Amino acid sequence: MRRPGANKGFDKNGRVPELDRATLRYSLSVSMPVGVYGVAFGAASVAAGFSVLQTCLLSLLTFTGASQFAAVGVVAAGGSPFSAIGAATILGTRNALYGIQMNPKLQTVGWRRAVAAHITIDESTGVALSQVPRGEVAVRQGFWLTGIGVYIFWNLFTLLGAAGTKALGNPAAWGLDAAVPAAFLGLLWPRLTSHYLRIVAGASMAFALLITPVLPAGLPIISCALVAVAMGWREQ
Amino acid sequence: MSSSSLWFVVLATSALAFVIKLLGHMVPERWLANPRLQRINSLVPISLLSALVIAEGFVAKTHVALDHRAAGVAVALAALFAKMPFPVVVLSAALTSALLYHFH
Repeated sequence: MRRPGANKGFDKNGRVPELDRATLRYSLSVSMPVGVYGVAFGAASVAAGFSVLQTCLLSLLTFTGASQFAAVGVVAAGGSPFSAIGAATILGTRNALYGIQMNPKLQTVGWRRAVAAHITIDESTGVALSQVPRGEVAVRQGFWLTGIGVYIFWNLFTLLGAAGTKALGNPAAWGLDAAVPAAFLGLLWPRLTSHYLRIVAGASMAFALLITPVLPAGLPIISCALVAVAMGWREQ
Repeated sequence: MSSSSLWFVVLATSALAFVIKLLGHMVPERWLANPRLQRINSLVPISLLSALVIAEGFVAKTHVALDHRAAGVAVALAALFAKMPFPVVVLSAALTSALLYHFH
């Protein structure tokens, strides 16, 4: 009999159960491609004016890709620090919803909970929830393996992208100023899974274009959250 | 932006991101179960990423501008329609933009 709450990824004899190979494979297949985005982030951040150290700290400490991209995107657009922090924070709120789903499954307390919280992102939550049919141990292993795997790859490749861009010099000469919006488009694309979501994207782009001439730089980005509020207000 | 402002962005963004993540692990599930909140929250990344594509690809300071970056984004869009992987999408945009930047 397993005591409720006693299992932290250990079996009843206190040993770590054998790693589920399918879970491990899936975690790695999600973690490794994240490195490519890490290079893009490192490049975008240095191109926006952050130092290599600041760029690496964003990946180590913020560790939620879309928020990091948003912060450097607003800075690159000439926005204020508060616009940058605001846009990043609004994008980070979904991690709270992930934590609410993950905490009952992980049953962590104390410092383990803090570590679990830090690696609660799209990828770790997604893999963990996909392992539900395989049992609670697979869910926990999926979460920790993917979270730690993404952490390693994301930070390693952020450093590569940042240091490489620093060495290259003028970002425009290497097309980096176009690589950044292309990366945003690449992040957006797989999310547009329904007709309605494509309308939301189109409306947001139109709104951003319309308000760009009348608002200070950076504010149009964060103002587009209003489009999400308006279009999510009623059920579709 | 000055170095101290950039440090402020790095540290405040990191602190808030962690507080949000930790809150999720601490608050009771029912607090954020509101369907409207969940709907809006699922649309926020789409709205902000869309706005970032515009701000980074089609805006110079505070006016709309069609330059080498816009051409790069157009090529990226074509690559996405052709189901190209992420690195190809980004590199094709960079290459297009760099060529236009040099020969324009």
